[in-house]
Amino acid sequence: MRRTALSALLSHWRRHPLQLASLLLGLALATALWSGVQAINAEARASYDRAAQVLGQDRLESLVPADGQRVPDAMFAALRRGGWLVSPLVEGRWFRAGQSVQIYGIDPFTAPADSLPPAVAETGGIMDFITPPGRAFAAPETVADLQDAEGLPPLVAAEGVAPGMLIMDIGIAQTLLRADGQVSRFLLAPDQPMGRTPLEQIVPGLERHTPQETADVAELTGSFHLNLTAFGFLSFAVGLFIVHSAIGLAFEQRRPMFRTLRALGLPLKTLVGLLAAEVMLLALIAGLVGIALGYVIAAALLPDVAATLRGLYGATLSGSLSLRPEWWLGGLAIALLGAGVAAAQSLWRLWRLPLLAPAQPRAWARASARGFALLAAVAAGLAGVAVIAGVYGTGIVAGFVLLGALLLSAALALPGALALALAGAERFSRRVLPQWFWADTRQQLPGLSLALMALLLALSANIGVGTMVASFRLTFTEWLDQRLPSELYVTARTEEEALRLRAWLEPRVDALLPIWRVEGPVLGQTAEIYGVADHRTYADNWPMLLAEPDVWQRLARAEGAIVNEQLWRRETLALGDPVPLPGGAVRPLVGVYSDYGNPRGQVIIGVADLVAQFPELDRRRYAIRTDPGAVADLREALVQDFGLPADNMIDQGMVKEISLTVFERTFAVTAALNVLTMGVAGFAMFTSLLTLSTMRLPQLAPVWALGLTRAALARLELLRAMLLAALTMVLAIPVGLLLAWVLLAVVNVAAFGWRLPMHVFPADWLWLAALALAAGGLAAAWPAWRLARIEPATLVKVFADER
Amino acid sequence: MLLSLTGVCKTYDSGAARVDVLRGIDLVLAPGETVALTGESGSGKSTLLHLCAGLDRADGGRIEVAGRDLSGADDATMAALRRDRVGLVFQQFNLIPSLDVGANLAFQARLAGRDEPARIATLADRLGLGGLTGRYPEQLSGGQQQRVAIGRTLAARPALILADEPTGNLDEATGDAVLDLMLELVAEAGAGLLMVTHSPRLAARLSRRVHLSGGRLA
Repeated sequence: MRRTALSALLSHWRRHPLQLASLLLGLALATALWSGVQAINAEARASYDRAAQVLGQDRLESLVPADGQRVPDAMFAALRRGGWLVSPLVEGRWFRAGQSVQIYGIDPFTAPADSLPPAVAETGGIMDFITPPGRAFAAPETVADLQDAEGLPPLVAAEGVAPGMLIMDIGIAQTLLRADGQVSRFLLAPDQPMGRTPLEQIVPGLERHTPQETADVAELTGSFHLNLTAFGFLSFAVGLFIVHSAIGLAFEQRRPMFRTLRALGLPLKTLVGLLAAEVMLLALIAGLVGIALGYVIAAALLPDVAATLRGLYGATLSGSLSLRPEWWLGGLAIALLGAGVAAAQSLWRLWRLPLLAPAQPRAWARASARGFALLAAVAAGLAGVAVIAGVYGTGIVAGFVLLGALLLSAALALPGALALALAGAERFSRRVLPQWFWADTRQQLPGLSLALMALLLALSANIGVGTMVASFRLTFTEWLDQRLPSELYVTARTEEEALRLRAWLEPRVDALLPIWRVEGPVLGQTAEIYGVADHRTYADNWPMLLAEPDVWQRLARAEGAIVNEQLWRRETLALGDPVPLPGGAVRPLVGVYSDYGNPRGQVIIGVADLVAQFPELDRRRYAIRTDPGAVADLREALVQDFGLPADNMIDQGMVKEISLTVFERTFAVTAALNVLTMGVAGFAMFTSLLTLSTMRLPQLAPVWALGLTRAALARLELLRAMLLAALTMVLAIPVGLLLAWVLLAVVNVAAFGWRLPMHVFPADWLWLAALALAAGGLAAAWPAWRLARIEPATLVKVFADER
Repeated sequence: MLLSLTGVCKTYDSGAARVDVLRGIDLVLAPGETVALTGESGSGKSTLLHLCAGLDRADGGRIEVAGRDLSGADDATMAALRRDRVGLVFQQFNLIPSLDVGANLAFQARLAGRDEPARIATLADRLGLGGLTGRYPEQLSGGQQQRVAIGRTLAARPALILADEPTGNLDEATGDAVLDLMLELVAEAGAGLLMVTHSPRLAARLSRRVHLSGGRLA
């Protein structure tokens, strides 16, 4: 019985292959966009986990210098004498010619055995590992990336090592990182002997850190991944509109069949069960296709995401995608869940449908004004949720609740708003044809509302994200000009060379500004601490958000500190508040500056103050102020006369170019998702119009019979689709601008810690409006063409009794 | 007895008013018997037929179909009865539009687990549908569609056939031909037939006629 009934149910799809295709494709696209984003996130999470697992950092405690600086390795001997089982570790970033890699220097004899990468533990060639030039273990893709890098030990590819890092002997690492005799921290073995000397007595400057405190890349990048997930979800939601529409239509078209099946003895439970199974079967097929498409999307987007994460957070992702079971199972689950959600309403209606209810398709295409009122009520409720999230919510989750509620509210209010607009147009029409056109368009709204909602979401997202990105680009470009006033940046190879360089440059340039920095804990999180020279370059250019009048003089007198916007917002600081520096010094806050693109907190004090606090700091980097026209000659002279490698210099233009490239790549992903979402919405409109066109004949045939030609009807159908798309676009503008404001003022602040001014770009809207009209026109073109060529006999059948 | 109705009542809410459509109907139908049910529009003929088929529930009285009391039966029991014992022929044919004629003919028989391809092929030939089994319902005339509906019902070998104006949508000549065929096949199968019709001429061709008026049978 079940097989017979199922074959009858499935036979519907054989007769309506386009409807089947739209359902499968809609769900596949939705799943693809969602699972593509999830594949990227899963790859990133795996990379972070691998990085966190390196040397057991995810489970071993460590002893870390309180000021965040390195400590002498003599402390190692002191700790061992005090009975502590520790292993020294030196870590740092190695830069060369635009490449950078995280270096971990370990002591293979004391490192906890199970914390070493298998390749290190199994190599057997320990002498090769510890004897210069040593060996560096790295992920295969990192080995490939660094193939041409000079100055590194021979690289050995090892599975299990996180990408973007090198593991080598501590002595080799100390040389590479110019940290001779220094250690970054000590790893504590899990089992420690009894009777140890208290830590405060042996190493008073060290703090005991739990494993979680050391691995913060995942935390740093969390907002970025949440952003991606939100966009993936938006695309998924847009796709679900198609699925809901296709399933709803299929159910409505089969209402007579359901009645017949039940009349012929198929129990209701069996029928509902079979339909649920049918939906799940289709979801399974679409889900598999979607996952395959998602893999392709993820593979295409991964390089941009990896570049963004490297540029923004210094986090390195594996360059290749893996087919992780949790990812594809998750993709299938979301496809099944999405199809279930989309079908739930139809199944519920069927469950409640009396056996003797009229069997004509009705609800899908002829919902009443009551339906619009209900949607409007839900929209008002969601708008309330958005207001509550905006006023009382904090953090990025509240930001996304606000975004989601706002978008859904706008989408649900759309049919009602369009119905009102069309009713108004009808009232003002005097001639019969326009009157019929407006009334008929209003009648079509329920059938098209899901596709129009999808279009509204896509257009709003496009306007919102476009406005955000363009505002960001404008602000960022201006900000870069302010932030990078120096014409050339140089880095000496050694401290001694830096001294000579300084002496060589001072008589040749307008000013030589040190770029000296340390890293250390500030207000509970790792921050960068920079020192600035007392020079008018900063007073003239530095992008301050708020400051006391004599801010630069106070920095020069070691009487204050300025912080970046991120740190200021995170700690809700006010001018005058104390800013504790690593090592114990405290400076009052005298200013706040914008610092786009930096995920970490940053503090600036006077350079003399910095040197006094951290006498061991790296002093090899300088910014040069000179005549822009003289930069090329100066570079040449630095190479020819002074002997500095060309790679150790970078000019202002190149820094800006690199920064803008990072910026563009950051938003390449959102731009791609935006385009894909628009595509999905266009497809939704096309399938809705196409399927509606098959149900339109009873409405169009009488008008045809009364004297309107098929061509005229087709033209009106085309006009109708474009008009609805245009009206949707008009409504999408305020929604998109609101979305942009939420992104800039709420989500960005919560995610990245900085707030951007909002700029509007009406020319972009015109382009988008043209795109929306084209989408509407293209979507309606085929159904209209079919209508123009329909056989009169087909139209006549509408009036035949036998039908 | 194949069908037995005792004191069957049915009431509908019609806005604020309650309409007693059936007020104590008593009716019996034996195997092989054919009964015409006539009455004015809105007299409750279709309602009575729906109650007999287990498509709706009576508000009072007792209905037995093939010895089974429908009054306390649940949805699954009613569905099983329709599937296995009853055959329905509708005025609107109610074929499954996405299945071809052959599949429609075999449909109920397969639902009931009584698929007999040879018998269905014979039925198709006798119904004049032999060359049309690959077509879809929308490609058939009304008369052809009704013949498919009758064939679908008879292919499942039901004990009781309930037909709701099966020729109501057909012209007189086609209607007569369809009814001839149906009566012939019903007689061969030994099934009982209760047929709703407006036409005294068609009613006269059945073995018995009952008239429904004012909610009662006359």
